[in-house]
Amino acid sequence: MCLAVPGKIISIDNSNPELKMAKVNFGGVVKDACIQWIDDIKIGDYVIVHAGFALNKIDVEEAEETIRMLNEIGDLIEKQDSGEK
Amino acid sequence: MKFVDEYRNHKAVKALTRQIFSEVKNSWTIMEICGGQTHSILKYGIEELLPKNITLLHGPGCPVCVTPLEQIDKAVVIASRSNVIFTSFGDMLRVPGSENDLLSVKASGGDVRMVYSPLDAVKIAEENLNKKVVFFAVGFETTAPVNAMSVIEAKRRKLKNFSILCSHVLVPPAIQALLSSDDCNIQGFLAAGHVCTVMGYEEYIPLTQKFRTPIVVTGFEPVDILQGIFKCVKQLEIGKCEVENQYNRVVTKEGNISAKKIIREVFRVVDRKWRGIGTIPCSGFALSDAYTEFDAEKIFDVGNLIQNESSLCIAGEVLKGIKKPFQCSAFGKECKPESPLGAPMVSTEGACAAYFHYGKNKIMETNLSLN
Amino acid sequence: MEVENKINISSNLVCPIPKSEYDKILLAHGSGGSLTHQLISKIFLTQFNNEFLNTQHDSAILEIGNNKFAFTTDSYVVQPIFFPGGNIGDLAINGTVNDLAVAGAKPLFISLSFIIEEGLPIDDLWKIVLSIKDAALKADVQIVTGDTKVVEHGKGDKIFINTSGIGLINKNININPKNCKPGDVIILNGSIADHGIAILSAREGLEFETQIVSDTAPLNDLVEKILKTTNNIHVMRDPTRGGLATTLKEIATTANVGIEIDEDEILINEEVKGACEILGLDPLYIANEGKIILSVANDDAQKVLEIMKQHEYGADSKIIGRVVAAHEKIVVMNTSIGSKRIIEMIAGEQLPRIC
Repeated sequence: MCLAVPGKIISIDNSNPELKMAKVNFGGVVKDACIQWIDDIKIGDYVIVHAGFALNKIDVEEAEETIRMLNEIGDLIEKQDSGEK
Repeated sequence: MKFVDEYRNHKAVKALTRQIFSEVKNSWTIMEICGGQTHSILKYGIEELLPKNITLLHGPGCPVCVTPLEQIDKAVVIASRSNVIFTSFGDMLRVPGSENDLLSVKASGGDVRMVYSPLDAVKIAEENLNKKVVFFAVGFETTAPVNAMSVIEAKRRKLKNFSILCSHVLVPPAIQALLSSDDCNIQGFLAAGHVCTVMGYEEYIPLTQKFRTPIVVTGFEPVDILQGIFKCVKQLEIGKCEVENQYNRVVTKEGNISAKKIIREVFRVVDRKWRGIGTIPCSGFALSDAYTEFDAEKIFDVGNLIQNESSLCIAGEVLKGIKKPFQCSAFGKECKPESPLGAPMVSTEGACAAYFHYGKNKIMETNLSLN
Repeated sequence: MEVENKINISSNLVCPIPKSEYDKILLAHGSGGSLTHQLISKIFLTQFNNEFLNTQHDSAILEIGNNKFAFTTDSYVVQPIFFPGGNIGDLAINGTVNDLAVAGAKPLFISLSFIIEEGLPIDDLWKIVLSIKDAALKADVQIVTGDTKVVEHGKGDKIFINTSGIGLINKNININPKNCKPGDVIILNGSIADHGIAILSAREGLEFETQIVSDTAPLNDLVEKILKTTNNIHVMRDPTRGGLATTLKEIATTANVGIEIDEDEILINEEVKGACEILGLDPLYIANEGKIILSVANDDAQKVLEIMKQHEYGADSKIIGRVVAAHEKIVVMNTSIGSKRIIEMIAGEQLPRIC
């Protein structure tokens, strides 16, 4: 229920151990986000960000698997539909 | 935009709607408790893509909408004080209180500022040490750790002029209250994906067992919502009632441990009044004893405020999914976004505002077919 | 119109104030949405009622002698005054030139009034003046009269500019929303929401990989080329405050037609999309300053599109929809996921969502 947006970590700033920050790229817009609650994070990871804070990393494999599966079903449906015409 | 566009993909949407159509045999009523999902369902016309025997209800998932009238009235009184800078997320500024709203306070000269993050409010406090800075800490569990950090940061920076007016609410007690009520016709739930990103979904398991109701943790994009509905319908058709995680690219069973630790440090669970619904036990957060110095309700004496809710407003019935917004006599007439009688007409995630903004009243008036 | 209060504006006159939900002006009254429309219709139009004003078009169309003129006015209060892609100066010239152009007029003369806050650096004023000069040259208009006022520090916001403009309309041109009819094609000359996001990014300190710049531009030359191509342009508007959605809704309402648009055909820059996602804003409602939307008879649509695409301000032109007989006054969008969505006007400023 709260607006959280996926973005890619492009740089990390550990200078304040109480408030670790990162620059996150959201489809071309770069904003700062606090990554204090995410362990084991590196440049290139994707995170979901809410009100300036990263809530979790995105499991890229899981995401790609879901989309791949849905697109396969979609392709099948398109074949069936055009076969029926 | 990666991890957004793929979930708005026409092909994937078509695949899921076909799956839903071939799976559903009976009529089912499914509720989502998430303002973001309400907004998405209406923006993308998802209900119009579903079989007619699936009914989608919008629950009290908009924290702006359920913030008690008393808290809005307190906010207005505090914000009107001359030495106060009152900060808030944008959606709270137009919620009507008993007399007026925060935007009207601003128009009358009050220092009311919109912030995107509570850390911005802490920064304002640092830059204005001669003023009292108050942040309106509203939200579900998603925002709780974020708001908690503002208080932790204020403490770390030794700020004496920062406080929060807290009105946090929790989802599982709301689900429990809804499922326990006599007029409940909800058969399945879509749980809020970002709430569960923080909290995990362990606390929903006892609910599925107690009430024999499936709960699917669901994301926000059209593909997420359709997949959440598909998983819920599949369970309902075979009489299953488990917690399932559709939003597994972000949500894990235990959630974000560090964020939950921050919440436990800064907040304690309290009973909370939900506007339009009433008090739900153990359904909110208040500041813990260690952080009580940041509690705006203890710092500011607002006197006795008498609440005055519009008699025309049926927000409670809308929030519980008993009535749809267009079934309210005031919808689109006395109650419109520019002149809201109640909170659900203010935030774009409130059911009434979303119905109005996406023209649901027009669809009813003109019998416009959107299929 | 109900009478709520009466005020004496002179010793013998009594003037009833229309009933309103608000007793003070809010920021939302200036945003171009439904509250702005309410303010105009309840307060201004009731007192200044005449045939010219009642058309509620961007410009008034006046017949003086044998000639037809378009006359328009606009005030510019943008913050910050310098933003990526422009400043308040060229914005003011381009905005008024465009209001004249969409009425089918050749913009000729501009008036220029400044209200300057005490303390504005002369350097800033000089930069703005040079931009105005360049913009006027590019648009081929002359600044023929002006005014300057200075207010105390704290009583203005650096600088406000008002421009009024006069343009000459060729007798053959009759652009009127009432000419809009089912079958007409709707064309847009490029990407939306660039200006609003450029402003917001300057205000909020958003960084971009590729900087979003305002699309502020004089569209009179583009319009002239379009009007040479066909006499069947029925409506032309520049979707400024309130964005594309508000303008389409205004056209549908004034012309009493239905409009259907295709989301896949509406161009939005990737970075603008990203900014809208983060801020929870809908790009359909965000301001543009170099965009034109027009409805043209179906038979002429392709040739108009080709002419537009050859112009520097029309390279990304696309057909985005059509006028339909069904659902009068309602705008329906075919979404990219294959569903339909009604496009309504919003009350005021979009408040960025968090929760």
